[in-house]
Amino acid sequence: MTEVGRQGMTPGTTRGAYPPAAELATVSLALVVVGGVFMAAYFPTRPPLTLPIALVAVSAALLGSAILLLVRWRGFAWAAFSLVVRWALVAYVISAGMIEFSFVRNHATGGPLVVVSLMLVLFAVDVPVIIAVTVARYQSSHPV
Amino acid sequence: MDVRSAMATPAPAMAPGDAPPRLSIQIVPRAALPVIAVIVAGLIITIAGNWLWALVFYHVVGGGLWTGIDLFVGFVIGPILGRLSIPARAEFSARFMPMMVVIMPTVVLMTLASGFQLALGLGNLQSLSPNHGWLVASFVVVGVMATVALGILEPANIAVLFEMKKPHPNGELIARLMRRFVYAAGITGAMQIATLVIMTRVATQ
Repeated sequence: MTEVGRQGMTPGTTRGAYPPAAELATVSLALVVVGGVFMAAYFPTRPPLTLPIALVAVSAALLGSAILLLVRWRGFAWAAFSLVVRWALVAYVISAGMIEFSFVRNHATGGPLVVVSLMLVLFAVDVPVIIAVTVARYQSSHPV
Repeated sequence: MDVRSAMATPAPAMAPGDAPPRLSIQIVPRAALPVIAVIVAGLIITIAGNWLWALVFYHVVGGGLWTGIDLFVGFVIGPILGRLSIPARAEFSARFMPMMVVIMPTVVLMTLASGFQLALGLGNLQSLSPNHGWLVASFVVVGVMATVALGILEPANIAVLFEMKKPHPNGELIARLMRRFVYAAGITGAMQIATLVIMTRVATQ
């Protein structure tokens, strides 16, 4: 992930209006964190799942909206975005895998495990998207 | 604002036409990756084996480093950095930020994964445990810190490094992102004081 920076924009230039994709992904992450805290507070007993499922649904919708905004963003630096997002995905899939392992190791099963797994998927996608959008926002849209 | 000269090692004289040398920035220091792989592998083995000493070791070492680094960056490095000239700030950041990219996620992972396992093993997560409320409070504090760190601090950190790698880095943008980094580090530093209070309570109940 070291080549992108060489494809710089002209000094002082940043894109004008930019869609709040990173902000939406950050709120999505915050909802997943709230859900994770809620689930962990009950563990090892079975937590009520209504609130966590609602949080997962809203979080997924926000992440989907963020990605939709990116797709519709003309001149977005996709090359920079994909370079950053794939390396960040590797890091955060490992992190999420560790947390999943911890729950499975401690006999989480059924509905709670499914909800935790969905939260971890959102976590593992949210963070790379936030990092990659923040980086790509200031990069040239020319191919890397 | 061009900070290219800021990243140059001071050179007393340069031949006309020579471009000022730029710092070579490695966004993810590759030399650290094998060390991280060993730490993570050790963590997985420790959790799988549920070894008390190793869990305590990972939790205390990781937590101590995480808290110490957050407080030091938020309340010592941050204010100093804020008073440096932009060139000095840029040169410091070019060397400091890549270290943070690998150190912080590793110590956070060490602390949280081993801490959760430890809390389960010691029965502190049981709702009847006197420590249950304190642990839930620590989850909330960690949740706020995680959101600030992952949503604000780390993206700003990496964006600064990418900006610095450009042939003509935008000094104004770097300063803005650095400010964001320093404020976020200050917030997480303040939250770490709450963590210290909670963890010392948990350890003594």
